[in-house]
Amino acid sequence: MAKVKGAIKVDVEKCKGCGLCVVACPSKVIDLAREVNGKGYNYAYMANPDACIGCANCAIVCPDSVIEVYKVKAEMA
Amino acid sequence: MSDIKDIIKEENLVYKKTKVLTDNVMHYCPGCSHGVVHKLIAEVIEEMGIQEKTIGISPVGCSVLAYNYLDIDWQEAAHGRAPALATAVNRLYPEKYVFTYQGDGDLASIGTAEIIHACNRGENIVVFFINNAIYGMTGGQMAPTTLPGMPTSTSPYGRDVKTTGQPLVITELIAQLPGTNYVTRQAVHTPAAVRKCKKAIRKAFENIGQKKGTSFIEVVATCNSGWKLNPVKSNEWMVENMFPVYKPGDLKDE
Repeated sequence: MAKVKGAIKVDVEKCKGCGLCVVACPSKVIDLAREVNGKGYNYAYMANPDACIGCANCAIVCPDSVIEVYKVKAEMA
Repeated sequence: MSDIKDIIKEENLVYKKTKVLTDNVMHYCPGCSHGVVHKLIAEVIEEMGIQEKTIGISPVGCSVLAYNYLDIDWQEAAHGRAPALATAVNRLYPEKYVFTYQGDGDLASIGTAEIIHACNRGENIVVFFINNAIYGMTGGQMAPTTLPGMPTSTSPYGRDVKTTGQPLVITELIAQLPGTNYVTRQAVHTPAAVRKCKKAIRKAFENIGQKKGTSFIEVVATCNSGWKLNPVKSNEWMVENMFPVYKPGDLKDE
């Protein structure tokens, strides 16, 4: 059975840490980091990468377009 | 299980920033709805392949610097006069796709005359009306669209409808004008709403190509700095308080 696996790449320096992607994610993958970027914002990162399904909801609601989404169909063991 | 490094490869890319958006960092506050609407306009322009044929008219307000973010031709209008300028541009270049991008302070307050008459003449343009019920850029003062009882910096005890009237629902007014072809109210607070809004924007730009008259898209937006809430709470507040007054949906589609 094929399972869809996704991943996101966040442009850390451009992220403003608004948190809209965190609530938009249906599988609770994203969280805001404890660390801050150059502007002092707690940027978004994949806290739970295994759950990502590559739906791109986070990227769609991101006001600053800092998220890139990747998706593959992985074979389940 | 595949590793994240194996997934993040060029051939697996499903979503990235459109090329019509420039690489400039937007000056908007974190979580501002302007960024999402800019992105949607840019994506529609890219999908329709009209980057060379689009002229935007930017207003006065937070989105005054919109020309830094969308890689198309722009004109900057005097406060509230974007529809008048769009009329001129459209008449000089009838084959171009002309749109105005205005906030509620620009369109519903100082620019009320211009927008009503441009829509009444049925100018072949798209009007984006970003309504966040407050003057965001100047520090959160009361706007004509401010909700009754809503506190702002110039109405700290809430908007008093006895002295300042009810919120101006400009989109309902516009929908009655015969010059308008497509009048809709959208929001960008959830992924579903964003997708719906994008469809509306696409339809509005296609209407220009078919010379159907004015398309008017209101986007009910948040101003988390002006509302003194965080971005996520702002969206919740908007659904709870803004939507009963500004109901999302199509008002006119001919």
